[in-house]
Amino acid sequence: MTVFRPRHLDEALAELAAAPTALIAGGTDVFPALGVRQAPARVMDLTAIDELRGVSRTGAGWRIGAGATWTDIVGADLPPLFDALKQAARQVGSVQIQNTGTVAGNICNASPAADGVPVLVAMEAEVELASAAGTRRMPLGRFITGPRRTELRAGEIVTALYLPDRDGAVSRFEKLGSRAYLVISIVSVAVILWTEGRIVTGARVAVGAASPVPMRLPEAEAALKGRALSDLSGAVLPHHLAALTPIDDVRATGGYRREAALALIRRALTELGGTA
Amino acid sequence: MTKIAFTLNGRPAEAGAAGLERLATVLRRDLGCHDVKIGCDAGDCGACTVLLGGAPVCACITPATLAEGQAVETLTGLHATDPLVAQLTKAFERHGAAQCGICTPGMLVSAAALLRANPAPDEPQVRDALGGVLCRCTGYRKIIDAVIDWRGAEAPQDGRVGGAVARVDGARKVEGREVFGDDAPPADALVLRVIRSPHHLARFGFGDLDAYAKAEGLDLILTAADVPGLNAFGVIPAFVDQPVYAEGTARFRGEAVAAVIGPAARMTALDLSAFPVSWHPEPEALTPEAARAAGQMHEGRAENVMCRGFVKKGEAEEAIASAFVTAEGSFQTGFIEHAYIEPEAGFARWENGRVEIIGGTQAPQMNRDSLALILNLPQEAIRILPTAVGGGFGSKLDLSWQPHVALAAMRLKRPVRVVYSRSDSMSSTTKRHPAQMRVRAGATKEGRLSGFAFDGAFNTGAYASWGPTVANRVPVHASGPYAHADYVARTEAVHTNCVPAGAFRGFGVPQAAIAQECVFDDLCLALGMDRLEFRLLNALDNGIPTATGQVFDGAVGIKPCLEALKPAWEEAVKAAEAFNAQGGTLRKGVGVACGWYGCGNTSLPNPSTIRAGITGDGRIVLHQGAMDIGQGANTVIAQIFAEALGVPLEKVELIGPDTDVTPDAGKTSASRQTFVSGNAARLTGLALRAEVLRLTNCADGVIGFEGGLTVTAPDGIRHHVPLAEGMDYAIEAAETYDPPTLPLDKNGQGVPYAVYGYTAQMAELTVDTTLGTVVLTRIHAAHDVGRAINPMLVEGQIHGGVAQGIGLALMEEYIPGRTDNLHDYLIPTIGDVPPITSLIVEVTDPHGPYGAKGLGEHVLIPTAPAILSAIRHATGARITRVPATPDRVLAAIRAAKEA
Repeated sequence: MTVFRPRHLDEALAELAAAPTALIAGGTDVFPALGVRQAPARVMDLTAIDELRGVSRTGAGWRIGAGATWTDIVGADLPPLFDALKQAARQVGSVQIQNTGTVAGNICNASPAADGVPVLVAMEAEVELASAAGTRRMPLGRFITGPRRTELRAGEIVTALYLPDRDGAVSRFEKLGSRAYLVISIVSVAVILWTEGRIVTGARVAVGAASPVPMRLPEAEAALKGRALSDLSGAVLPHHLAALTPIDDVRATGGYRREAALALIRRALTELGGTA
Repeated sequence: MTKIAFTLNGRPAEAGAAGLERLATVLRRDLGCHDVKIGCDAGDCGACTVLLGGAPVCACITPATLAEGQAVETLTGLHATDPLVAQLTKAFERHGAAQCGICTPGMLVSAAALLRANPAPDEPQVRDALGGVLCRCTGYRKIIDAVIDWRGAEAPQDGRVGGAVARVDGARKVEGREVFGDDAPPADALVLRVIRSPHHLARFGFGDLDAYAKAEGLDLILTAADVPGLNAFGVIPAFVDQPVYAEGTARFRGEAVAAVIGPAARMTALDLSAFPVSWHPEPEALTPEAARAAGQMHEGRAENVMCRGFVKKGEAEEAIASAFVTAEGSFQTGFIEHAYIEPEAGFARWENGRVEIIGGTQAPQMNRDSLALILNLPQEAIRILPTAVGGGFGSKLDLSWQPHVALAAMRLKRPVRVVYSRSDSMSSTTKRHPAQMRVRAGATKEGRLSGFAFDGAFNTGAYASWGPTVANRVPVHASGPYAHADYVARTEAVHTNCVPAGAFRGFGVPQAAIAQECVFDDLCLALGMDRLEFRLLNALDNGIPTATGQVFDGAVGIKPCLEALKPAWEEAVKAAEAFNAQGGTLRKGVGVACGWYGCGNTSLPNPSTIRAGITGDGRIVLHQGAMDIGQGANTVIAQIFAEALGVPLEKVELIGPDTDVTPDAGKTSASRQTFVSGNAARLTGLALRAEVLRLTNCADGVIGFEGGLTVTAPDGIRHHVPLAEGMDYAIEAAETYDPPTLPLDKNGQGVPYAVYGYTAQMAELTVDTTLGTVVLTRIHAAHDVGRAINPMLVEGQIHGGVAQGIGLALMEEYIPGRTDNLHDYLIPTIGDVPPITSLIVEVTDPHGPYGAKGLGEHVLIPTAPAILSAIRHATGARITRVPATPDRVLAAIRAAKEA
C-alpha cells in the first residue's frame, strides 16, 4: 500500500500513468465513502502539488487551482461575481470541512447535492484535466455526467477550474437544509445577474439537489433578461423549472424540492434586486 | 509505510502511515493522542477536531499525509501550551459547558482557533466557528456562554446542596484527560469486529468458518455455537429474548450473527464482504400493521404483540359523549436515535479466572448479572469497570458490545477490544419507539376536561429491550400532569423486523405528550380559550387523584410551573399577534405544553446502595455507584453525601462504579439517580456522621480536618476522632433506599411512583410560510425539581433535553438501513438551539433528598409539543407527524388554508 505525495504536476502525471491510482485531496468525501473498508493499494495525495494551488486572475477570467480549499475561496480577494461561490463556501459542511475540502473535489465527487456545483455551473466554469498525454478542457456541465460520475479518465486529474469574467456581475447562493450547519442541501440555488443601468442584460440560474446533476434553467434566465432589477421576483415562473427532476428522499419530497427551488430563486432575485 | 514528520503540540513527531490513513488513526494509535475523539469517522460530528497549521480540521477525514511538515495541535497540547486555552477550559468548567465530555475536545479546539483570531467574538461568530461540532448533552447554550466569557472571573465555588458548584470531574473532561471506552485498551489487545445481517429478515447459514479464520489469520470466530451459557439477553427478566448471535434467522438489519477476532493490523485489512455466510432474505414486516399479519416472531406473543398497557379511571367514553366540545387526532412519530457522540467501545480481559469488562455503560450491575448467564459464570467471576460514558440517554443500559469481547477474552485468555463504527452503533443499538397514537378528548363549556382516551401502538422492533416499560409507562403518563376524572389509555408494543426500540429519555412519554397536547390545543380552539389558561384550569394539584388514583399532599408542582411562564406567555402571544397582523410570509407563533414524569421504576423495587468510608488517616471516600453519563451524578450524589455528613465537597474522594468495590446504585435511567441514589447517599452520610459523633462522644458538632479528623462540639471544644489504622476504612457505612410504591391493579390504579417531577415549557418561533422552515427564537422551560441540588447542572439537563426535544420536533427520524450515519440522521447543531430561559421551581418533595425530584427525562417531554403548538399558532398548521421537516410543515400550512 502506497501513498504518493508529489510536489510537481509532471511527477504526479508520470506516477498516474504507471498504474491505476486513487486520488485524494482534502479527504472529506473520500474517507466517509470508504468507511471501515480498506483503502485502495495506490493512492495519490494531490495537496502538495505546487501547480494546483491558488486562485488567480487569468487573461479572460479567473482560475481556481484544483488544490484550492473552500477556505481559500472565502479568503480570496474576488469581485461580486464570486459572492455566490463565497456564500456556498461558507455553507459547505463546517469550518473543518471548508479548511481541507477542495472546490475541485466537490465537482469530482459529483454529488447531486454538492453546494459548489450549481454556483460553478451558473458561472459557466470549465474544467481543466491533465494526464501524461496532455491537457484538455470541458464545460463543468459536461464533466459531471451523473450522480457520482464524471468524465475523469484513468491517469487524469483535474488541475483547475476556469471561470469567465462578467464585468459588474452580481451573484447570490441560497441553500435550504433541515438544520443550521453540517447539512446536506434539500435544494440549493445560484443566481448571477449582469446589468446595464438597472436593467438585467444577462442572467444565469442554476439549481442543485433537484436533478441528477445540478443544472441551469435557460428559460428562467431568458425570462429575467430585459427586466428591471426592481421587478425580478415575479419573473421566474413554475414552468421555467420544468426541466428539474427532483426525487423523494429522507430530506424532502420531490414536489417540495421543486417549490422550494422556485422560492429560493425568487429570494435570491429579491436580494440581488435590492442590493445591485 | 509512508513516513510523516510534523510538529505535534510543539514537539517534533514522526509517524508511519500504512497506506492511506486518517490523521486521527495515526494520532490515537501511534502517538497516544486519546484526546482526539472519534465519533463518526465521516466529518459529521467534529469530535476529532485538531488544528492543522492553526486551522481546525476533522482528523478523522484528513489524510495523515497532510500533516507532513505542519504543526498539529490537539486539546492536551493547547491546554498545556496556550494560556488562552487554559483560560477557556476554566470557563467551560465554570459554565458547565462540558457534560459527558466526549465532544469537549472538538469544541475547545474549534473555539481556540476562533479566539486566537478574534478574542471578543459575538454569538453568531461563535456559532459559525463551532457549527461543525455536534454535542448531544448540553444543548450548546453553556458552550456559547463559556466561549464568549472565556476571560471571565472565577466564581466562588459552593459545594453545598443548592450550590452551583462546577462538576467534580470537570477538569479531566476539559483538559482532554477523560478516559472513555476506547481510550485505554491494553497494547496487546486483539481486535473484534461484529458480522451483522444486511437484511431486515433473513435465514442464514455459515460456510467454512475455520478455513476463513485460517486464511485471514484470525484468532477466533464466535457464533451462537460458542456461547457457553444462555444465548440471550434482555433487561426485563420475563422478556430476555435477544440472542448474542442470531441462530439461523436474523430478525433485523444490523443483528449480530458472528464476531471475528484477530490482531489489530489484520483486522484493519480484513475484507468482511468475504466472510462465509449465505443469506436468504424473507419478506419483512417493518410496521405494526404489517407485523400483526406476519409470521409470529416470538413464542407466546400472538400477532407479534409483545405486551399491552392499560390504565382506566372513571368512564372516559361516557364523559366524551356528554362533553360540550370534543376533539380527536391521530399522530405518528418515528424511530429516534440516541446519537451519543461516543459509539460503543470497550475491552475485556481474563484475570485469574475472572472476566473484567472495561468500557461505557449506564447499568454496570445489570450488565454483570446478564453476562453471568451468557458466559455461564458466577456473578462473582465478572467485574464491570465502567469508563466515562460519552453520552447514553437510555441506549447504553442494554448490553451491546460487552458479550462479544467477554466471550472472546474468556476463550482466548487475552484482552480483546471492540469499537463500534457509527453505522454499527446506529444499526444495532436501541432506539426511541415509533408511535402511532390516537387521542380523543372532551371538555365542558367552562373548559374542564371531560373524558380522555389514548390508544397507542409502539413499534418495539425485533426484540423486547425496554419495550414493556414503554407500554407500561405511557398509559400512566399519557394524561399529562392534568386532572382527569374520566380517563382510559391503552397501549401495545408490537414486534417488527426493525432494530429493537428500547429506553430513550422519557420511555414513550414524549411521544404521548405530542398527541395529548395537540388535542388539548384543539379543545382550546373549539372553546376559544387561551392555551395556558386551559392548562392552568386543568392542572393536577394536591388532593386531586392522578389517572392512577394516586393523591399527593403538597408535592405537585405543575401549577407553579405554568404560573412561572405566564408573564412571558402573555407578552409573547401579544407580540406574535401584533407581528402577524402586519401580514407577510413570515409568521410568529408561541406554544405551550406540559409534562410530568415518575421517578424510578414503575411499581417495582429499585433500590440504590451507597457506600462510604473514612480511612485511618481521615480521608473521606465515597463509593459513587450511580453511573455519571454526563448528567452529573458524580457531583450531585457527592454534594448530597457531603451535606449529610457535614463536610465540604472538596474533602470527598470518589471511587467509581467498579462492581468489585462499589455497591449497586441501580441503573442510570428513569430519572432516579438524584432521587433514589441521592437518598441512599444522604442516609450514608448521616450514618457516617453519627459514627463520627459517637466516636467523639459528641451529640452534635462541626467536622474539621486540622491535624486529622476532628469534631468541634457546640461548646467549642475540638475532639480528635480516633480512627483505627490498617484497614481499608476505619469507619464505614452503606445505606440503601428504595422508593415506596404500590402495584397497579388490573385497571392500572395504584401508586406507580413515590415522586413525580413537573414541567411546563413555552416555545417562541417564526415560520417561513413560503418554505415551511421554522426558526426558534426562545424556549422558556419551567421545571419543578423539588430542590435544585446543583442549579447549574439542573440548567444543563434542561438545555440538553430541550435540544433533544427540538430534534424530535423538527429534524430527527431514523430509518433502518437508510440513515445509519450522522449526515442523513440529523441532530440539532449549535445553530439550531435558541436561547433557553430556565425557570427553576422548587416544590419540595417529602420523599426526595432535601426535597429533590428527578429531572433527566422531564426536560424533553414538553419541548416538541410546545414547538408544534407554536407552529400552529403561527400558521394554523396542525402537525400530526414528526419530525416537522420543511416539506411537512408547508403541506400542513396548505391543508390548514384549505380547511
